Amino acid sequence: MIQQLVMYEEELSQINNVCEILHRDSNARAVLVIDKNGQAFAQAGEVEQLDVTSLSSLTAGNVAATGAIASLLSEKEFAGQFHEGEKTNVHISIVGQRVIMVVLFDERSSLGLVRLRVRKATAELVNILDVLAKKSASGSQPSVFSEITDDDIDNLFND
Amino acid sequence: MSFINYSSREINCKIVYYGPGLCGKTTNLQYIYNKTNPEAKGKMISLATETERTLFFDFLPLSLGEIRGFKTRFHLYTVPGQVFYDASRKLILKGVDGVVYVGDSQLERMEANIESLENLRSNLQEQGYDLDKLPYVVQYNKRDLPNAIPMDELEAALNPTKMPSFEAVAPKGHGVFDTLKAVAKLVLTELRKGG
Repeated sequence: MIQQLVMYEEELSQINNVCEILHRDSNARAVLVIDKNGQAFAQAGEVEQLDVTSLSSLTAGNVAATGAIASLLSEKEFAGQFHEGEKTNVHISIVGQRVIMVVLFDERSSLGLVRLRVRKATAELVNILDVLAKKSASGSQPSVFSEITDDDIDNLFND
Repeated sequence: MSFINYSSREINCKIVYYGPGLCGKTTNLQYIYNKTNPEAKGKMISLATETERTLFFDFLPLSLGEIRGFKTRFHLYTVPGQVFYDASRKLILKGVDGVVYVGDSQLERMEANIESLENLRSNLQEQGYDLDKLPYVVQYNKRDLPNAIPMDELEAALNPTKMPSFEAVAPKGHGVFDTLKAVAKLVLTELRKGG
């Protein structure tokens, strides 16, 4: 019943690499890749001062709300969003209808440059996500859960 | 939708607190937030109106410890309970792994309780979920109020499928962690079945 998104070492390293290159080529402050439910799984740049968990959850909520507005207007989706701040700007885009790419940038970059570089990164990310989806669906990787016992679960809740 | 990261060895799950307006969903999360060690929790976010009614959602990330070397993280969400925020409630249910239905024990809220439960079931169905197959627990909140209905009547009206249920007084914390632990256990057990 429960759907799962599974991330493996190899694909995560490739996604992190895409983030690093996008961060560098777009002169961005930071790049985040998060799933549509708001869980961040890759990041690059100046993320130490960011509350990545909160940012991811709110961005996912924002994208979900925007998607619902699109559907009310008979649009498939609004693929991108841009928020302009005094110091920091945010470019949000949906990749392959599965994940969300967030680019934070300041005066060192521009919306045009970010859009251009995001387009290239998106194409690469879609390919990686395709491989990941196939790998996950084939169940070729051992599951962490097959080994878990009732006691393991109970122990988690022992005070 | 649970998210299993083999690279960082993390399991992430989403739990949604559902129920009628003013039943105490946000109060549950506030109590959990206040009583959890700083290292086990992230920031609690409340998107609320000026009158402190939930506008979109509350969000609280929690770490529950490790299972076989995997960190387990639960993202707790509440929905806005007021009837006219239905579009928002549907969005928050997307990707849910476990549901807590919070009922209001007061007699005058029974109609709202039933309406909210039916709304939960139909909103889940719209997303392809079946409430009877999801990890799901029931909490009867406000048990300390003088107009609280007896438990057997609440159970008959709101929990016909006899899912685990808990009495609660959320501002004082009674039943709050029991409810959370019960749903978290069900979610992990369900994940194991699928895994």
